[in-house]
Amino acid sequence: MIKIRGLHKYFGSLHVLKGIDLDVGRSEVVCLIGASGSGKSTLLRCINFLEKAQEGEIWIDGKKIDRKKDDLNKIRAEVGMVFQLFNLFPHKTVLGNVIEAPVMVKRMPRDEAKKEGMALLEKVGLADKAHAYPSQLSGGQQQRVAIARALAMKPKVMLFDEPTSALDPELVGEVLEVMKQLAREGMTMIVVTHEMAFAREVADRVIYMDDGKIIEAATPQEIFEHPKEERTREFLWRVLNPNKGPRPGNKAMGPLAPQEKNRDDCHLENAG
Amino acid sequence: MNFITDLVNYFVRDIPIFATAAWLTIKLTAAALAIGVFIGLFFALLKLSKNRISNGIAHLYITIIRGTPLIVQIFAIYFGLARMVDFGVFWSAAIALAVHNGAYIAEIFRAGIQSINRGQMEAARSLGMTYGLAMRRIILPQAFKRVVPPLGNQFIIGLKDSSLAAFITAPELFQMAMRRAAATCADLEYYTITGLWYLAMVIVFSFLVAKLEKRLDVDKA
Repeated sequence: MIKIRGLHKYFGSLHVLKGIDLDVGRSEVVCLIGASGSGKSTLLRCINFLEKAQEGEIWIDGKKIDRKKDDLNKIRAEVGMVFQLFNLFPHKTVLGNVIEAPVMVKRMPRDEAKKEGMALLEKVGLADKAHAYPSQLSGGQQQRVAIARALAMKPKVMLFDEPTSALDPELVGEVLEVMKQLAREGMTMIVVTHEMAFAREVADRVIYMDDGKIIEAATPQEIFEHPKEERTREFLWRVLNPNKGPRPGNKAMGPLAPQEKNRDDCHLENAG
Repeated sequence: MNFITDLVNYFVRDIPIFATAAWLTIKLTAAALAIGVFIGLFFALLKLSKNRISNGIAHLYITIIRGTPLIVQIFAIYFGLARMVDFGVFWSAAIALAVHNGAYIAEIFRAGIQSINRGQMEAARSLGMTYGLAMRRIILPQAFKRVVPPLGNQFIIGLKDSSLAAFITAPELFQMAMRRAAATCADLEYYTITGLWYLAMVIVFSFLVAKLEKRLDVDKA
């Protein structure tokens, strides 16, 4: 479904992606994990060309994308994206948000778009909010609308960029539930997330990224229970045990490393 | 004491003349600002584009217009351009005012567009919209709402600045004040009266803008 080869991305002199190779099969759910600044969001944004990588190839659905020749708008129309901060259109109603792209981009008749839009809102449990404005919804509801909006274009693949990171803890579940349902229905999904429980339960494959590179890619079972790489182990320890300080037997943080400082690092990791 | 009674007498007596002149001021301002809004939007979009040439053109226009006095621009168009094309007094003044206000309106629109969160454009593009479509359907409607207060401000400035058209003989409010003052030697009275006419127009306009803001819920976005 998606094939990436040798992807390099620079922001000025900053080398953010350092040669990414990645294959995502149809109906596969891939979770990208890693610390802030590891390049996982950038990778996601390169896949729908919101960021343009300087080097490397991206294939979508068996077709190599030439970003100079191909119509990127058409490609983006087939790749749904859900953002950390929802980015709903505040001047349109919930239903207005959902039907905007089908009507304006696909030229779908408004009535038909409304019908499909309502069905999608039903699916994410928000049919009763169709005529509300985004500002009247909770974060979790807004994110579910954002998912419906992306689905309205009938994408071949859905990209999720930390979809629950901006949510209050009690609202995370409802969004993850919608995503799980999508996964069950066979949607191809690439999810950047800090929700390890979600990755473990839903992902077919978990990819750990650090410093612009893929360090380890394996099934959730392997990566969470028997991570091969030291860096993966280190990261998972910090994420899964945020209050326990450095990992026992960790050479990188010698005995002199003050405990408090490590704790702060952990919090930063989680916040990011 | 004499001043007040004179003022009232002159004011009442000349209401028909000044009303006609005020109507011309309103027409002149409306024409100028209507064109100015389009000029402003056009140059705002040019300035925001990534193309260096269009960027440079917008920058040049805004720099020159903001950097030279309106009266110079009015004279340049009336005496200069009118040698080639005769616009007549009204349209010379209207075009000069439009070009002048357009530069300020361009900056207002640019700031308004830039104040919209980048995520809005990204979300629109991620749904397959072209840059133009995203601008038209997603960014501009939100930006318009945000620029109503500064735009109203600029319109008030434009209304008052239209008085400079008096110097190319447009028979608008200020021209009328000069004529009446010269004819009667009652300078202070007539310039005060003119000031009151402008003040009244601005108050009415401000009221309309405030109503529009309320209707659009400007402070909510």
